[in-house]
Amino acid sequence: MRFGVLQFPGSCDDRDALSACQRVGEARMVWHEESDLDGIDVVVVPGGFSYGDYLRAGAIARFAPAMQAVTRHAEAGGAVLGICNGFQVLCESGLLPGALLTNDSLRFVCRQVDLVVESSDTAFTRECKPGDRLSIPVKHQTGRYFAPPEDLDELEARGGVVLRYAPGHNPNGSARDIAGIANERGNVVGLMPHPEHAVDLLCGSEDGLRLFESAAAPASEHAPQAVTA
Amino acid sequence: MRAKVLIRPKEGILDPQGKAVESALPALGFEGVSHVSVGRLVELDTDDPDRLQELCEKLLANPLIEDYEIEVTK
Repeated sequence: MRFGVLQFPGSCDDRDALSACQRVGEARMVWHEESDLDGIDVVVVPGGFSYGDYLRAGAIARFAPAMQAVTRHAEAGGAVLGICNGFQVLCESGLLPGALLTNDSLRFVCRQVDLVVESSDTAFTRECKPGDRLSIPVKHQTGRYFAPPEDLDELEARGGVVLRYAPGHNPNGSARDIAGIANERGNVVGLMPHPEHAVDLLCGSEDGLRLFESAAAPASEHAPQAVTA
Repeated sequence: MRAKVLIRPKEGILDPQGKAVESALPALGFEGVSHVSVGRLVELDTDDPDRLQELCEKLLANPLIEDYEIEVTK
């Protein structure tokens, strides 16, 4: 499986993302001015401050040639993972519903949180089971997931909530403790926590690796898993 | 043509910036100030004011979370 990690001016988690991808497959950087994703199976839009996060986080990055290519890749069913700023970019691009707002505390939060897997029916969680707990760090100031209540109901009804902050772990005031979501096909996933920073026990957890392993595993091997209580 | 675009958080969306400003005011002796909301103002020159609304919807504002007002001046 070949991974591509986008690089915008202001990206800062691109190297960790590349390293995480290289643990499970081949990977290369994709400069924001590139408009060709040929040969790339899985795209990672990494964290950081693309284009300085001017105007709104992710608002300008969506117009990059590389993002236009990512949109075509996603529409063709290709896997796309947006992490933190990458999640904001995917929401601004319309590839995922909702928006990320300033944390309710107004503070930058940087800490390890527990996440609960809600759906294993996505390209990035098929190696997990619903109910699994993952320990993964967050580090952001604009991570409060928001969507109008009726949109949240629809998202929940179609199983679009992929990861939730475990009770007591919501670091930013996100609606319904939502930490990560997917599009309807499950090929596009965005989350605020940083799985690429949790791929080695040296850093306290390797739970984040499971998202990359999921993307690296051939989809055909994974029939949708039965939900176990 | 010169235009001013005023962008503000949608009614009902928690605006922590506004809250922070509001809660700082009493400490400075400003009492009785409420419903503080912080937005931003974008000023620009344009040859095509008819496209300002599209420009706002696509870039300057995120219609899901923000309202905007366009004021065209000379």
